[in-house]
Amino acid sequence: MSMDRRKFMRVSGLAALGLAGGASRDLLAQETPPDTTRAPLTGSRWALVVDLRKCMAAGDCTDCSQACHRTHNVPEFDNPKDEIKWIWKESFEHVFEEQEHEFLEEALKHVKTPVLCNHCDNPPCVRVCPTQATWKREQDGIVMMDWHRCIGCRYCVLACPYGSRSFNWRDPRPFIKEIKPDFPTRSRGVVEKCTFCEERLARGLQPSCVEACKERALIFGDLEDPDSEVRRLLKERFTIRRKPGLGTQPEVYYMV
Amino acid sequence: MYDGGKVILGLVVFLVLLAAPIFYNLASGEAQHVPELEKAARGDQCVRDSTYMTGNHMDLLNEWRDQVVREGERFETGPDGATYERSLSNTCLSCHVNKAEFCDRCHDYLGVQPYCWDCHIVPEETQP
Repeated sequence: MSMDRRKFMRVSGLAALGLAGGASRDLLAQETPPDTTRAPLTGSRWALVVDLRKCMAAGDCTDCSQACHRTHNVPEFDNPKDEIKWIWKESFEHVFEEQEHEFLEEALKHVKTPVLCNHCDNPPCVRVCPTQATWKREQDGIVMMDWHRCIGCRYCVLACPYGSRSFNWRDPRPFIKEIKPDFPTRSRGVVEKCTFCEERLARGLQPSCVEACKERALIFGDLEDPDSEVRRLLKERFTIRRKPGLGTQPEVYYMV
Repeated sequence: MYDGGKVILGLVVFLVLLAAPIFYNLASGEAQHVPELEKAARGDQCVRDSTYMTGNHMDLLNEWRDQVVREGERFETGPDGATYERSLSNTCLSCHVNKAEFCDRCHDYLGVQPYCWDCHIVPEETQP
């Protein structure tokens, strides 16, 4: 086959044009505003208020953690050293160690307090993460996790003063009782924790622990909205936060 | 070199034989074995055209991953005007229902082992 230079230039020029045309068509085909079935819940500073008295009344109820762990494919290991927890219950004196004393109110001595990630305003876990696999969302203050990016170094586990982070020492898949297909599992070597159900908020749903609590002891809302229920509760009732002296500014408040 | 001519001839014959399948495919213009992928069970339009998807679906999935996880943008409008959730398990696999005969067949052929499925769930896996 013979081709002189002029013909070659002409053909290659046409080919380049064709390629560019194809690429721009691809660009034009993308991105029009989303049209979701249910409007997402939006806030600029999500917070959770825990009504301990109501929670106390329910005794050993674990509806919140069961619902959460079912929703998020959290595995259940026999060995407590392997345990993965997003929301769970601890004794009052462990949760509020600086509040504990010999003559603590009898009811509080025995109360099991729900604990979860505090979604701190000043999260120490975020500061130490070398890959930005965990970060604080600008738009609503959720301390998020990107499990794709987590390299399993566990700095965040050490940095978190609340023990809110769990590490997958083993492959979690075989230990999930019933796998829910619309949420991924995690793999071995990844840290996980509560994400304030950001995937549910995006679908206009309350976090699953809040939805599951029959006592209405968990109240979720936006602190930046002065008319929100959380703001009203914080204004009217005395609330405490975990380890306030550390300056992490937790966004989970406990009414005692 | 003793018997230099024979050694070099031998090497050339060996290389030609080794590369013969490649030249054969180049000359005939098509691969001799191409995995046959199962057609989508439902829906007649993909979120991108199929030539793009064949070569670049991994880039699209990475893009989707970042948009959903990092930016919180979960939905997009497809070429047919419908809204799609950017989701491997919930969108891709809702049409390409048979992972073994769609994803795996080609991945096996190419010898790639994507780790999507370490975490993301193939809908049929939930049924024991």
